[in-house]
Amino acid sequence: MSFTEEQITRYSRHILLPEVGGKGQKKLSQAKVFIVGAGGLGCPVAYYLAAAGIGTIGLIDSDVVDLSNLQRQVLHHTPDVGRSKVQSAKEKILALNPDVNVQTHEGRFTSENARELIRNYDVIIDGVDNFPAKFLINDVCIMERKPLIHGGILRFEGRVFTIKPHESACYRCIFKNPPPPGVVPTCQEAGIIGVVAGIIGTVQATEAIKLILNIGRPLTDRILDFDARTTTFREIRVKRNPNCQLCGIQPSITELIDYEQGEACALTRPN
Amino acid sequence: MQLTINGKIENLEVSTISDILKAKDIDPQLVAVELNTQMIDTEQLGATSVKDGDKLEFLFFMGGGR
Repeated sequence: MSFTEEQITRYSRHILLPEVGGKGQKKLSQAKVFIVGAGGLGCPVAYYLAAAGIGTIGLIDSDVVDLSNLQRQVLHHTPDVGRSKVQSAKEKILALNPDVNVQTHEGRFTSENARELIRNYDVIIDGVDNFPAKFLINDVCIMERKPLIHGGILRFEGRVFTIKPHESACYRCIFKNPPPPGVVPTCQEAGIIGVVAGIIGTVQATEAIKLILNIGRPLTDRILDFDARTTTFREIRVKRNPNCQLCGIQPSITELIDYEQGEACALTRPN
Repeated sequence: MQLTINGKIENLEVSTISDILKAKDIDPQLVAVELNTQMIDTEQLGATSVKDGDKLEFLFFMGGGR
């Protein structure tokens, strides 16, 4: 595959970088990234990866666009309210860069479809808002040996963490099990400063590009926590847990689990 | 004793990690604790003692995304 003149111009600022060059740009155009969730995190991740010329972007989400999403979910515009998020996202991605092959899945990411959905992709992005899905994404990526860029946001804070299965710490090496349903609020309940989704999402996209190009040092074995109130990033060093139930020496989790999600309206908020 | 908790130096009169969680009113189900870069199992928080100069990281669940 060779680039057209238009593509060379489009990606010229990438190609100028010695770490990328024409060879790297070709790698990006052959890469496949799967994004779970087309919301606060999924939107900036997908938008920047599309701009960067990622060849295939897979998107899964079961939701429709709500007016309250527009404060941060930048791929969805006012006329999209009520429309499928993945369809809305696909249109904006293609308007930005028609080179991208966008694969959409309208539905939920579950233990039934997870393995099949991610199997043909190179990098997986966590852009979901609940812990059952976060644990499911972590587990399926370890089982399928797919690099995962974990992301989380709440109120004024955000977190990014890159996982290379069986090489670096996984989410379960740190957090053994999901919190009991209802005790940790989501953005829907506790609020989120919209820009934090952009900051965390663009860091996730950066990590994906670095993994694909194999440049620099990935955010593995390091959790990056951001606090918008003080504009500080804090890095917490972590390591693989030999007793990890999933990727440890004697794993006890060998099948995917659909955890129960507490009813959002029944949530008890911390004071 | 002097402890470094999430990068901040604090003076606390405690003997175990559970004592710190109690003093700070933190639900042990909602936090992952690292003591001097070693993850501590939730079941071991009461049995794990801390000493002057120890560094602790409290990692809370961070949800969000959509």
